[in-house]
Amino acid sequence: MNGFDSYRVRERADVARWVLIATFAVLSGAFFRTQIVQHDKFQLRAETNRLRPIALTPPRGAILDRRGRIIAENVPGYSIKLLAPNRDSLRAVLARVNRFVPLDTSETEDVLRRFAAARYQPVVVIGDATFETVARLEEHRAVLPGLVIQAEPKRLYPAGKAVAHLVGYVSEVTESDLTANRFPGAGLGSIVGKAGLEREYDDSLRGDEGVRYIEVNARGRLVREEASTAALPPTPGKPISTTIDLDLQRFIDSIWPAGVRGAMVAMTPKGEVRALYSAPSYDPNAFVGGISSTLWRALNNDEAKPLLNRAIQTRYPPASPFKLAISAMGLKRGLIGLDTRMPTPCRGGLRLGNRVFRCWKKEGHGSVDLVGAVAASCDVYFYQLGLRLGLNAIVQDGVLMGFRDKSGIDLENEIDPIYPATTAYFDRLYGPRNWSPPATTLNFSIGQGENTQTLINMMRFYEGLTGDGHAPSPYIVRPRAAEPRSLGLTAEQLDGLRRALIAVVERGTAAASRRADLSVAGKTGTAQNSHGEDHGWFIGFAPAEKPELVVGGIMEFAEHGTTVAPYVVRTLRRYLLGPDTAGTIKVKVLLDETVSPQDSAPRPIELDPDSAAARDRADSVRLAGGAP
Amino acid sequence: MRQAALDRRLLWVSLGLMAFGIVTLYSAGQTDVPTRAAGVWSRQLVWFGIGAVAGWVIFHVSLRLLEWLAPALYAFSLTLLGLVLAVGTGAGTAQSSHSWLSIGGHQIGQPSELAKVATVLMLARYLSGRKEPPRSFRDLFVPALIVGAPFLLVLKQPDLGSAIVFIGIAFSMLFWAGVRPRLLFMIASPGLSLLLAFNNWAWAAWMVAFTALLVYWRPYIYDWVLVLSLNVAMGTIALPLWQRLAPYQQNRLLTFLNPEVDPRAAGYHAIQSRVAIGSGGWFGTGYTQGPQKRLAFLPEQHTDFVFPVVGEELGFVGVMVALSLFLALFLALLRIARRATDSFSSLVTFGILGLFFTHVFENVGMTVNLMPITGIPLPFFSYGGSFFIICSLCLGLAFRVAWDARQSGYPDI
Repeated sequence: MNGFDSYRVRERADVARWVLIATFAVLSGAFFRTQIVQHDKFQLRAETNRLRPIALTPPRGAILDRRGRIIAENVPGYSIKLLAPNRDSLRAVLARVNRFVPLDTSETEDVLRRFAAARYQPVVVIGDATFETVARLEEHRAVLPGLVIQAEPKRLYPAGKAVAHLVGYVSEVTESDLTANRFPGAGLGSIVGKAGLEREYDDSLRGDEGVRYIEVNARGRLVREEASTAALPPTPGKPISTTIDLDLQRFIDSIWPAGVRGAMVAMTPKGEVRALYSAPSYDPNAFVGGISSTLWRALNNDEAKPLLNRAIQTRYPPASPFKLAISAMGLKRGLIGLDTRMPTPCRGGLRLGNRVFRCWKKEGHGSVDLVGAVAASCDVYFYQLGLRLGLNAIVQDGVLMGFRDKSGIDLENEIDPIYPATTAYFDRLYGPRNWSPPATTLNFSIGQGENTQTLINMMRFYEGLTGDGHAPSPYIVRPRAAEPRSLGLTAEQLDGLRRALIAVVERGTAAASRRADLSVAGKTGTAQNSHGEDHGWFIGFAPAEKPELVVGGIMEFAEHGTTVAPYVVRTLRRYLLGPDTAGTIKVKVLLDETVSPQDSAPRPIELDPDSAAARDRADSVRLAGGAP
Repeated sequence: MRQAALDRRLLWVSLGLMAFGIVTLYSAGQTDVPTRAAGVWSRQLVWFGIGAVAGWVIFHVSLRLLEWLAPALYAFSLTLLGLVLAVGTGAGTAQSSHSWLSIGGHQIGQPSELAKVATVLMLARYLSGRKEPPRSFRDLFVPALIVGAPFLLVLKQPDLGSAIVFIGIAFSMLFWAGVRPRLLFMIASPGLSLLLAFNNWAWAAWMVAFTALLVYWRPYIYDWVLVLSLNVAMGTIALPLWQRLAPYQQNRLLTFLNPEVDPRAAGYHAIQSRVAIGSGGWFGTGYTQGPQKRLAFLPEQHTDFVFPVVGEELGFVGVMVALSLFLALFLALLRIARRATDSFSSLVTFGILGLFFTHVFENVGMTVNLMPITGIPLPFFSYGGSFFIICSLCLGLAFRVAWDARQSGYPDI
């Protein structure tokens, strides 16, 4: 063939040589770029490829009561986790774990669910493992690929269910929490406070997570548990001191009648909360290390709603305790004095137009002054006082006294009370012509109607009564920045109201337990409940002359405030006189009965005093309450 | 004669590459969780032995005999390619393709490897039989047929990587036969047109420039018309053709442009390979110590992606040594091709050079994202029996050509 003379071949060979050398240069350049120029970038990629960070849980700050006793602390615990490349292999390893440590089906399902949420992190199998479990699994590590055993501080609430609603509980942060950035600084797998003080002070309690690295391969299999890369130790959370008296808190839990729903709060006139209890309660320790879904469902489906903090998350009609607010409004506006009597003496009811509004006491109270009216809880007196004030004034002063605001306690999820801002509220609710202002006024005068309050918010009002008329917002750790509410009453007026409250207890207790050691003042209330038996209120304070503690209690379906009073009095005695004096005492309180058809009824009850229904009602009241 | 039996340079270079290859392959098997790659280095040693025998045998076969046998060998390999399409099986990561010939469940080999050598021989026979180098498209019709048949059959398997090798062989041999570069460029132009057709403006600019070039070069009128209409046709069918590609093929091409498009699936190889190479730095992480390989982040580390093992563990220095060895191999083959006694031997040697070159450039290029990812082994490094035997055969042929030249006292041109 012609093309192969030496000259032509040499020519082509030169071209070929240059092409080869150029290609070599291009490839060298590409490798130089990758290995030398971009080395750092790929080095980092390589590191992140194989090292998987595992968060080290910081010990949460302790929660202490006012004397430094422990409400929440940390004890050493172990968590058993599994790092698995996929669902199937996780299932397989779980089946083997089951041989050494029994796991039930729902637990296995929980693990698989958690795995689906974060597949590149070791999934928690047992959040709170005993040392025996750890030892047994460690022994069989060879057949349990991906086993990660981590020593973790574990939350412990020594007082258990006694402090549940107060401290709340901790659990792993959820995906939606993270999306909403509800816990700044928390990452997947962080343990955060979900309720109570744990939630409120989570920021300082939580501390900062540390990190260590485990080495994995491309299939996500654990290769080495301790990677050479330095670990960052966690920063422990800060402890918080509270105003709580743990003894008192435990005491309330111990005396609370079984099966009764309700709440009790104890606080000083300065707003320091000494105890906050809600029933039914739950064991916050059950949440440590991940609550089982069975228990979680049970807690959520329980008709008694144990997770609900009834001190701050349930509204009740304030009922008779609200009469003190009406009294305060009258005194403040100068419409009445402490000795003012109303024109119409109580004969068991008040006629308004063609309707008769009943007093709880069929026989009537006769002519009473303000102190007497408070002591006897005379509805007729307060109907007239209400009418004298007018609905506008009641609504206006109520808003000023804080019945439309949260108490401001430093706990999350306190709900707003319901109280109208103006009378236009009723127009919006019922239509301008469909409600009767006088009837509504009467309803409001006795703490019924479109007015529902949380226990803690009513407590704040009584806090004002116990001192100089100023009510700082209640707090457990530190007050939220808020101006103290002022009732606008003089010292004399306050003193008078307190005397009235003393009379409530003193007259009732005259026979049963006249004990000179402690004078208790307080007010009972019965909140009409359309869904069943009425709720009972009692808010009291002691010593009556110079109050040191205010205790409020509410019991659902308790029928009367008198049912609640002994528990409140015992709590006051326990706190003020010590453990020996707080034994079972019989407290009799002046019975009062305030009734209205419904919490939110547009019109107050309308009973003909001579009707059979009215008689029945009065009889039942007498029977149930043992009224004098 | 005995002492001059083998071309020294080629001998040392190929021994060096094989040693480097087996050492790398051993390291590729050293992973934290043992895989099937763990023992392949010892099996590769067996293939080295078989390959040596095959090379020794072919070394003792006259090239005249091979020239005479070329059509039969070519026809045989085409038959095997046809057969493998009908009864072939997949292997490894390409389970669904038909590239392996199996008998009774045992994989015998990949006929496409044999076809590469057969095509080299056949093309060399045809080109050396011509009076003068091909000057027009008409002259290129037969070479196109010779390469096109195995190319299409392999493409149908589908095995894009091997198919590209046929193109590489064809271009290098045509060049060596004396086809003018501008004609080669014109042959390649429809391919360029196909690539550029995805952007209207780029394609329009290309067509204008190409037409200007044609006017300047003044080729034969038929070639003129043909190549231009081919370019237009390619520009037109590009999109429909794209849509006919299998999704994995589309993905590979797309991820070549940007591996981060799909880092977990299609881009995984491209990314992990570069991570392994890039983390090597100047001197690497140490022999057998590469974490990416050890922890199995590096896929196919004993076959198609064996080269990143070099990059990760021996660093840029190791890569340069390996690439230099390959360059030395190419230059040694080039030297033999120049010194060959006759045009057939010369073309065969250069065809072998083209074969090796395509493999190396494509394989090494894809590990640094210089080339799109195709399943193509790296000579002397990747584990594989039939491919290594073919490499040995090629070396045997080259040794024979060198020996012939020396025997006939051919001058060193």
